[in-house]
Amino acid sequence: MSQSSSNTVDSLLDNVHTTHPSSTGIDNKKLAMWAFLGSDCMFFGTLISTHLIYRKLYPESVTEPKIVVTDLFDIELTSFSTFILLLSSFFMALCVSAMHKGQIKSFRKNCLLVIFFGLIFLGCQVYEFHHFAHGNPDKGVPSLTLSNNIFGSTFYLMTGTHGVHVAIGVIILLVMYFYSYSGKMKTAHAIDVEMAGLYWHFVDIVWIIIFTAVYLVEYI
Amino acid sequence: MATTLPIPETTTVLEPQKSDLGWTRPDHRSGIVDWLTTTDHKKIGIMYGCFALFFLIVGGVEALMIRIQLAVPQNSFVSATTYNQLFTMHGTTMIFLAVMPINAAFFNFIMPLQIGARDVAFPRMNTFGLWTLLAGGIILNISWFFQFANAFGWFAPADGRLEIAPAGGWFGYAPLSATQYTGIGTNFWILGLQILGISSLAGSFNFIVTIINMRAPGMKMMRLPVFTWMTLITSFLLIFALPAIAVALAELQFDRYFNTNFFKVEMGGQPILWQHLFWIFGHPEVYILILPTMGIVSEILPTFSKRPLFGYPIIVFSGAVIGFLGFAVWSHHMFATGLGKYATAAFSLLTMAIAVPTGVKIFNWIGTLWGGRITFSIPMIYSLAFVWMFMMGGFSGIMHSSAPADAQQTDSYFVIAHFHYVLIGGALLSIIAGLYYWFPKVTGKMMNLKLGKWYAFLIIAGLNVTFFPMHWLGLNGMPRRTHTYQAGFGWETWNLVCSIGAMVLGIGIFLVVLDVFISARRGKLAAKDPWDGRTLEWTTSNPPPHYNFARTPIVKGKDSFFIHKYGQPKDKIEFEEEDAHGIHMPSNSWMPMISGICFTIFGVALALMPSGVIPGMGWLAVITLVGACIPLFLWALEGPGGYHLHAKKDNNLATNS
Repeated sequence: MSQSSSNTVDSLLDNVHTTHPSSTGIDNKKLAMWAFLGSDCMFFGTLISTHLIYRKLYPESVTEPKIVVTDLFDIELTSFSTFILLLSSFFMALCVSAMHKGQIKSFRKNCLLVIFFGLIFLGCQVYEFHHFAHGNPDKGVPSLTLSNNIFGSTFYLMTGTHGVHVAIGVIILLVMYFYSYSGKMKTAHAIDVEMAGLYWHFVDIVWIIIFTAVYLVEYI
Repeated sequence: MATTLPIPETTTVLEPQKSDLGWTRPDHRSGIVDWLTTTDHKKIGIMYGCFALFFLIVGGVEALMIRIQLAVPQNSFVSATTYNQLFTMHGTTMIFLAVMPINAAFFNFIMPLQIGARDVAFPRMNTFGLWTLLAGGIILNISWFFQFANAFGWFAPADGRLEIAPAGGWFGYAPLSATQYTGIGTNFWILGLQILGISSLAGSFNFIVTIINMRAPGMKMMRLPVFTWMTLITSFLLIFALPAIAVALAELQFDRYFNTNFFKVEMGGQPILWQHLFWIFGHPEVYILILPTMGIVSEILPTFSKRPLFGYPIIVFSGAVIGFLGFAVWSHHMFATGLGKYATAAFSLLTMAIAVPTGVKIFNWIGTLWGGRITFSIPMIYSLAFVWMFMMGGFSGIMHSSAPADAQQTDSYFVIAHFHYVLIGGALLSIIAGLYYWFPKVTGKMMNLKLGKWYAFLIIAGLNVTFFPMHWLGLNGMPRRTHTYQAGFGWETWNLVCSIGAMVLGIGIFLVVLDVFISARRGKLAAKDPWDGRTLEWTTSNPPPHYNFARTPIVKGKDSFFIHKYGQPKDKIEFEEEDAHGIHMPSNSWMPMISGICFTIFGVALALMPSGVIPGMGWLAVITLVGACIPLFLWALEGPGGYHLHAKKDNNLATNS
């Protein structure tokens, strides 16, 4: 097959791949993403309820020295990182919109901002984990680890899982960012960016629930 | 309908698209490379089926060893630990590696044909599901080889515990599954199930999107064949139920690997949390096993009674209600744990309620038979047996829903009798019915129908001889999961009868599986429409071409093929005209299999890590986990691929009517 006819086949295929019909009019990828997010809801639901059940069952630590969670939490820092994550959702929306309009430069700028804010959030989480795991011996605040307390077990597994979700989101966006330089990213691929966006917003929403049900609740 | 486009009548294939990586995805359509890289839903379905039948035999051998041990009192055929491993692996294998994959095999092969699609929505994800299934199966069962190595003195875990094959039951109750009670077998079990979960999730997302989005024109939701409906409902059950066990397994794994406290009483953990999380998954799982098989029966009964399915919308609705209620009854597995009277009453009531949609289905099946012209062919025999045997299991199920009665029956052989009537009398019988029914579609050959009647007799008789006496044993107080019993409790006779029945049942199932492979080679050639089928899959040739339909059919009603054959002229199936570019088919890919291999090594390495025998297992696990993810990344870069072909019109419909 000659080069030119191969190109026609390529463009033909591009056309087919981007316009495949569906019974409902919803793109296949998008439907699969919604199904995945539904499944992920159950995943985080199970983790968060595990945490809340144990919190209610044992409001006071059974271990010595006694751990007072509010002494350990740095709510200002967590509020800041929550704000940062919410802000990143705003740029994610701009990012998707830019791709729909085919504005590749605007896409890159916003994508980079989302990645940047995602990394700040992750940095805060790493700092927080480090800080909790070491406690504050000067003020007599004991450490909270995976194994020394049931609160530690549920807290680290849940927030850690969320952190992994954010990290996966950052990787997906990084891949898209670099891929955009290959010149093959077109308006037709906006659906892929939109999927990354759906995922990113979902992870944000989960964080709002975790921030409320795990952090703020402790101050009531 | 004649097409007017000047389409060549021969099959021409255009070259596949080049990928972003600079290499072309493999596009073999035969040979070993094709089987390893295939994205064809039919080949994937066949492989699912072969793996499932293999594991069905493995699980069956484990069951027979259990029955040999219990045939006489105080038998010493196997040790107590081995017995624990046998019932653990029997349950796990039968549920996750036999019945679920064989249902997935039917989903894969039949469902796209029934909705008039050329493939599933995400062909590579489908292949990925297959190889991760195999990864999970290998991780679970490779533990036996380490157990044997231990017996020969080649492998001694550092913790000194000898449960190297899983021994904590298929339910893995905490704290039995903690490090102080079971050895590294539980690690194999956790990782195997976790990876099987990935496989099921990948499959389910795919099936949901395929059924909702890829129906042929005119195939409205309420025209879908019931089997396809049950595929959809089962897929939804899977995506909502599996996360619960994924989290439970992760928590258990953290307890074992990183010393967390989820199920440690001394640190404030609660073993009952495991039971809740497990059964929130575990009860929907029961319907994940049985709903697809109800779908199979709902296809076979109308075909062999020559009547449309009685009350189609109600059957579909009942299936959905069963799936929905399935999430609200998990605690009936835990009546004996003391939930408190209000919770117990509520779960008791909901469990009784679930009998209503199930009963509705049974009455609808009977209604389908009523006044029909019934042909007693093999699929029909199994389907009729299904209705009866499943009802028997249902009746003892209703008895369990009453909490006071359940308190007496729990953990006794009565429960074993109940769920084997449901899983063998229910799921397995209709799976065999489905095998006989769709075998000509899959292979183009017929299974041996003459011998099949004898096999059916062996299986149905064996089933009843094995499991009916267990009701009496259970009511007489014989407990589950004990490796032996004393003489003089009045259990000797019926245990021996059970064991003899189990051998008969085992031989019957083995012969059917054997017949599958023999008939695939030298069975009689099947007619184009051997059962006078009602649904779209029978409009294709046997076996169907890899593109399924040369022209996409336009569906005119329920039972579209049947009304095409016997209905009004307006009910005749029409065809879409072919696109100018021909049929678009997906290319193959190596990526899913590479990922599956990495997952296998990851699971085995991580399970072996705490044993401390082989160094560097932790690093190997990290490397292979990354290795399992890289193909998924390259998968995105290897491009959508695909090739186009112009297919000859097939004349199936013309010759059939």
